[in-house]
Order: sequence, then structure tokens, then C-alpha cells
Amino acid sequence: MRLPAFLRLSPRWAPYVFISPFLVLFGVFGVYPLCFSLYLAFQSWEPTGGLKAMEYVGLANFSFALQDEWFWKALRNTLWLAVASGVPQHLVEIPLAAFIHTSFKRLRDGVIAVYFLPYITSTVAIAIMFNSLFSTDYGMINAALGALFGMAHVDWLTSAAHIKPAIAFIVFWRYVGFNTVLYLAAMQTIPGDLYEAATLDGAGRWRQFLHITLPSIKPMIFFGVTLSVIGGLQLFEEPFILTGGKGGPQQAAMTSAVYLFREAFDFNDFGGASAMSWLLFAVVALLTWITHLALRVRKGAA
Amino acid sequence: MNAAVQARPAVARGKAGARAARWIAYAIVAIGALFMLAPFWFMVVFATHSRSEIFNLPPPLWFGSDLAANFKLLTERIPFWRNLGWSVYVALMSTALTLLFCSMAGYAFALMEFRFKKALFGLVMATMLLPQFMNMIPMFMIMDSLGWIDQQRALYVPGAASAFGIFLMRQFAASAVPRELVEAARMDGCGEFSIYWRIVLPLMKPALGTLALVAFIASWNNFINPLIVMRSLPNYTLPLALRSLQSTLNTEWGALMCGSAIATIPLVVLFAIASRQLIAGLTAGAVK
Repeated sequence: MRLPAFLRLSPRWAPYVFISPFLVLFGVFGVYPLCFSLYLAFQSWEPTGGLKAMEYVGLANFSFALQDEWFWKALRNTLWLAVASGVPQHLVEIPLAAFIHTSFKRLRDGVIAVYFLPYITSTVAIAIMFNSLFSTDYGMINAALGALFGMAHVDWLTSAAHIKPAIAFIVFWRYVGFNTVLYLAAMQTIPGDLYEAATLDGAGRWRQFLHITLPSIKPMIFFGVTLSVIGGLQLFEEPFILTGGKGGPQQAAMTSAVYLFREAFDFNDFGGASAMSWLLFAVVALLTWITHLALRVRKGAA
Repeated sequence: MNAAVQARPAVARGKAGARAARWIAYAIVAIGALFMLAPFWFMVVFATHSRSEIFNLPPPLWFGSDLAANFKLLTERIPFWRNLGWSVYVALMSTALTLLFCSMAGYAFALMEFRFKKALFGLVMATMLLPQFMNMIPMFMIMDSLGWIDQQRALYVPGAASAFGIFLMRQFAASAVPRELVEAARMDGCGEFSIYWRIVLPLMKPALGTLALVAFIASWNNFINPLIVMRSLPNYTLPLALRSLQSTLNTEWGALMCGSAIATIPLVVLFAIASRQLIAGLTAGAVK
């Protein structure tokens, strides 16, 4: 089949035609809305009033957000959850990956698949499962803790003190497999003769782990922890679904993203929510930039 | 799980100790695996129990007899088949568009020369860094002004040229499609679109498979976009419909678990068939 000449793509224009879907979609659903949200951050607006109801308010949205008790509370919750769910899990994932790397041959893919399964499951299904498992009086987790350690029932999801650890646990459970795979990928690049030489020198597994594996995956550890923490700063679905979209007892599980959503869609303050989203973006960008710098310094030192 | 910690004293105690430590480590990995699977087990088990049986102490550990009743309840509370249909439809549309747009762009970025190529690819990569929450309000505004609120196309169009997909396609095209082949075809008078369709696409099949899996699962699980743009229960995709069940006061846990289990089954099946490919695809952005 040959197309008539005027329909044939000239090699000069072909690449632009091929990337045009990206350009169009990115322009319409990326750049334009983002610019609009920056514009909106300086306006007072309720969507019910139509576009005409918009009013320029200068920096009022920003100063309101900075004086808003809930904004700071949400930010503290977010930082707590990002660190508590993002950092300790690596203490489990690194040894797990090391052990799978050295000691699993035939079962390897199966073990990885089991640990990875939560990552591909829908957050809604996960939140529904854990909502029941964490339930105070009839939940499996309290039943198990009671049976094993004689612990009294903990009100995981209904008290301000316990809901954050419960959510951090769910995030941990969900990402263990993902991060373990990252570490496994890093460990595969370590040359095998390093281990052979160490074995000949009489170094045991523990010393090999300490002196070969750990130093080799250092960049990956840094990258992995950064990725977890920055991902944690954007935490939305788990706390949102678990708390019925409200943020939990005394807003203890209200992350910044959840508050942002509520400010816009529950309280109809789109200008204020836009301002908050840019403030939060600044926090994430700043933290990303700092870790990037730290990474460069480390690379330079090594 | 803390295999290495367990292995420490073993060095001192010699071979027998080392072997014991290894078995302890295996046991810990196995217990960890049970731990990963247990919530799924309870989801399936609870799907077969009535509300009052689930609220027992201790909770049921084995299957009950209320699966059919739970399913019936589920279909009474939400238009389950419609919601499921929309989930399938949106996921398929999203996958098809993603494959088309990302392979086109990935091919162009990998094998063609054009002005602003570097800058444009930088732009693609930069969009990956943009936090999801930045998009929530703008997404609603744009869909509102396009009149796409409560329309399924609002769910599969915006993400169809995903940065991740373009990145994946570009990486693969660069290594799997020989430049000479494309140039030879061009010399022979093959049109640019034919080159893409008849030569490049067939060579990219493995990567297209991976991207298809990733795109399908992302769409199937997507919660945030439907939450923002969908308004009426009959138009919801499954995750949103299931959540609407949960927000009522007397949550029917059996029916809810039943629905969650059904929503999870396709993923587990896909995963069972292609777990290696899927894991490689999902971690590709982070590993490289």
C-alpha cells in the first residue's frame, strides 16, 4: 500500500508527528493546568460561582496557609509518615535482598513475586483489607497480638496516637518487595569474584555482607531511602481511604495531600488549595535538591 | 528477614552453626512471605463469610458458606457489572493509547534526529518528577472546562503519553532497533509511518508487552483520577465503587471483601503469568 505523495510523511517532519501526541497531551493536561493553578494560587475562587467569581487576592492564600494550624499539622503528619514509613523498611529490605541474592536459586523468582504482590494490588483493596485487619475489637491483628503476647486490644484506626504507625506499617508492607527488587538489581552488579576471593581468604557470610555487599550498594541505599521519603511526602491514597477521606481522629492521619484535596473539594477553596500545593511542591523540591547535592558530595568524596 | 544478623555468631561456631543460621534465615524469609500473603488470605476468606461471622472473636480463618450471598449483596449495593465493565474498558483504552503514543515518541527520541530533541526529552523526564498532588486541582479544572467531568475519557486520555512509557520505549528502541535497518528501508522508499508500523513496532514487541502490563495495572488500580473527575456511581470504575460501599455506616464487610477480591483477581492472574517481566517493567524507572 503506497499513500499518495501529499499524505506521505516527509522524514523532516516525521519525528515531530511521532512526538505530537506527547506534546499535545502534555500541553493540554500538564502545562496549561499547572500554569492555571499558579494563577489560581493568587485568586479567591469557588468553582460554584463560575469563572467570573474569581478575584485577585495577592499573597493572601499563601499567608492564610502559613497561618493555618491544619496546614502545619498536615505537614508534620506527612514528614512523620514519610520518615517512619520510608526509612526503617530499608533495614529489612537490605538483608532480605542480600539473603535472596546469595541463598535462593530455584525459588528466587517465586519468593520475589510473593514479596512484590502487594505493590501491584489496588490501594483501595489494600485499605479495605487493613481496615478490617486493624479493627479494634474483631481485627485479626489485635487477635494475633493478644494470642501471642497477651497484649490488650489497641485502637489502631480510631485513636490519634496509633493511626500513624498503622498507616506506616501498611506502606511498609506495600513497598518491601519493590525496594528489595531495587537492592537485588544493585547486588547483581557486584562482581562474583569479589565474594570468591573473600571466601578463599576465609571471610564468612556476615563479613562478606559487611565489607563487600554494603559498600557496593551504598549509592543504591541512598537513592532508595530518598525515593521512599520523597514518595512518602506525597502519601495520599492509604490515609485517604482508611480515614474515609477525612484524615482520621483529630486529623492525625491527614497528610498534606489529603488536606489539599479537602481544602479544594470539601471546603471549595480552590485558590487556597492551589497555594498550598505550590508550598508543598517547594518543600518536596527543596528536599529533593538537598539529597541531590548530598549525593553529589558523596560521589565526589568517594 | 534479618538473615545477616542471624549469621553473625555462626561464623564463630563453624559449619554446623552456619548451616543452622541459614535455616533460621530461610524460616524468617518464609514467615515474611506468609506475612505478605496473609492479608490476601483474609480478604478471600472474609469474602465467604457474613458480616456477623466476620465480627467474631477469633475472626474466621477458613472459608465460610456466604460467598453467593455476599456477591448478591454487592450487586444490590453497587451496579457491580457496570463498574467492572468501566474498569475493563478504561484499562483497555488506556493500554492501547499508551502503547501507540509511547512507542511513537520513544522511537522518535531513540532513532531520529530533530531540533530540540534533547530539550524535549528533558521535558519528558522532568514530568516524571512532578508530584502527583500538583495535578489534583488542575486536573479537575481542565476536565471541568473540557466538559469531561464524569466521562471515562477523562481517565484514559491524559496519561496516555506517559513519561515513564516514553522512557521505557526509548531505552528499548535504542538497543533493539538497528539504525541501519531503518535507513535502508528509507532508502528503498518506505514511508516514515510504514517504517514505524512494519519495522520498528514488530522489533519492540517485548517492551510493548511490558508496557502493556504496566499501563493496564496502573489504570486498573487508579483511584485518584476517578476520585477527582467521576461523579455518579454508575459511571465509577471498580475501586471507586468499592470505596463508596465503605463510606456507609453499616459497612457490609463480606460484600466489600468479595468485591475487593474480584478486583484483585485479574492482577494476580497477570502477575502469575508474567511476574518477571512485570517486576522488571515496574522497577525500570528506578533501577536505571
